[in-house]
Amino acid sequence: MNQPTSYAQTFYNVFKRDMQVAVRNKGDVINPLIFLIIVITLFPLGIGPETAVLTRIAPGIIWVAALLAALLSLERLFKSDFVDGSLEQMLLSPQPLFIMVFAKITAHWLLTGVPIIIIAPLLAMMLHMEQSAYPALLITLLLGTPILSLIGAIGVALTVGIKKGGVLLSLLILPMYIPVLIFATGAIEAASVNVPYSGHVAIMAALLIGALTLAPLATSAALRVSTN
Amino acid sequence: MHFSNFADFIDMGGYGFYVWLAYGITFGLLLILTLSSIFKRKSLFKEINAKQRRDEKLQKLRAGNKNHEP
Amino acid sequence: MWKWLHPYAKPERSYQLASTLLPWFTISSIIVLIIGVVWALAFAPVDIYQKDYYRIIYIHVPAATLSMSVYMAMASATFIGMVWQLKLSDAAAAAMAPIGATLTTIALVTGAIWGAPSWGTSWVWDARLTSYLILLFIYLGIIALQNAFEDKVLASRAAGILTIVGAVNIPIIKYSVEWWNTLHQGATISKFEQPSMGDDMLYPLLINLFGFALMIAALSIVRFRNEVLARDSMRPWVKELVAKECK
Repeated sequence: MNQPTSYAQTFYNVFKRDMQVAVRNKGDVINPLIFLIIVITLFPLGIGPETAVLTRIAPGIIWVAALLAALLSLERLFKSDFVDGSLEQMLLSPQPLFIMVFAKITAHWLLTGVPIIIIAPLLAMMLHMEQSAYPALLITLLLGTPILSLIGAIGVALTVGIKKGGVLLSLLILPMYIPVLIFATGAIEAASVNVPYSGHVAIMAALLIGALTLAPLATSAALRVSTN
Repeated sequence: MHFSNFADFIDMGGYGFYVWLAYGITFGLLLILTLSSIFKRKSLFKEINAKQRRDEKLQKLRAGNKNHEP
Repeated sequence: MWKWLHPYAKPERSYQLASTLLPWFTISSIIVLIIGVVWALAFAPVDIYQKDYYRIIYIHVPAATLSMSVYMAMASATFIGMVWQLKLSDAAAAAMAPIGATLTTIALVTGAIWGAPSWGTSWVWDARLTSYLILLFIYLGIIALQNAFEDKVLASRAAGILTIVGAVNIPIIKYSVEWWNTLHQGATISKFEQPSMGDDMLYPLLINLFGFALMIAALSIVRFRNEVLARDSMRPWVKELVAKECK
């Protein structure tokens, strides 16, 4: 009969499918980015255009806006699959759910986290961030955005069966994002005054590894709860 | 007894407002929690009882229908 | 060795045990709390460093300490429920969440009221205050998730996953907030000093701590019984119980 698919093949299949879906619904990818840019624009309008003030608060603004943008994009991680029933098929399939969840999260990060990293220098320039802080901004985003996708996946998996899950999702997930926010902005601030920031980066890497191992497990457990 | 008279006790060395506000809010919140837990029990009982009544009525109706039919 | 525990996996037996224990906990907590509060307010001495507003400590510290303990208890109950598939321990976890949220609120509010005269400001972004605020957010998230599901069993399992995720995250959040605080602490008021307390001041605190713990136990039992009843509402033993009560 049919050959059992290998783990790598399973990962690739789910990953490819999610990428194809995203290519067809470009708005899902682009809208959070536009949201991010608009939020960043609002801050100078609200606070005032003084360069010194903006330089001081730039790391915090960029990271908070990135958190919110990630939160906005999270819902599409499982929602449409839940609505059209393909999530249930995934749960029924003999392949381990961990692999499929991991593939979906990876695709989600590539589609929402990476674009944020790409436009981050532009946003930093708009907010007059210190030149020396640019590498730190990129490194923290590179380490931090996967954590946002991984932890967020748990929240989406918990709320996917609930009708108005959007607000609830932010209530569940935002407190969990606090360590990432603290260490990321800490690293950028340290870099902008030319202090070594490798310690913060090391802690963020540790958080990322912890999230990588634990979050897909919790997400699979949550999916099994909320789909039955 | 630390205070010499009742007025002193209420005044708390000038900080009466803060002390009584803190104690008031604390025991107020605890009271609300306790009462809501107790009322929850009452309403649960009422709910289960009403459901039971409804089931009994339905059963009686069904039994009655059967008697009429033959 | 643990055989005697097995019958309590049955909701009916647990409910009966809870009902037997409830009056003891209620009465003892009321007595201990009255002794503790009266001692704290009227008899505890005031030393030269502190003014009378320090009497808030006698409710602030128990609430703050035990709000963390309630989370630990909730996480343990959830863990037991997940590993051994015990529905009752899910019920216990669900019963405890609102109690923990209330205690955290009390700790924050009394802390703010205490801060007003002693620090001159109600809110300081102190590491301890901030991490308790985040603890409150996590409690509220768990309660919101519990209320979002129609089915009680599903609600508990979903909230259970969040509780465990929170339990993993709370130490990380606590240390990150502490670290953040030392980095950002500029000209604000430093953390309050806790001078070693004299025995006369310490005893009421210990009594109140004990009284709060007893009260939490009593409230947990009341709410636990509610949860068990709601989950088992279609079972014969609940129907009998209700019929007896609602005659």
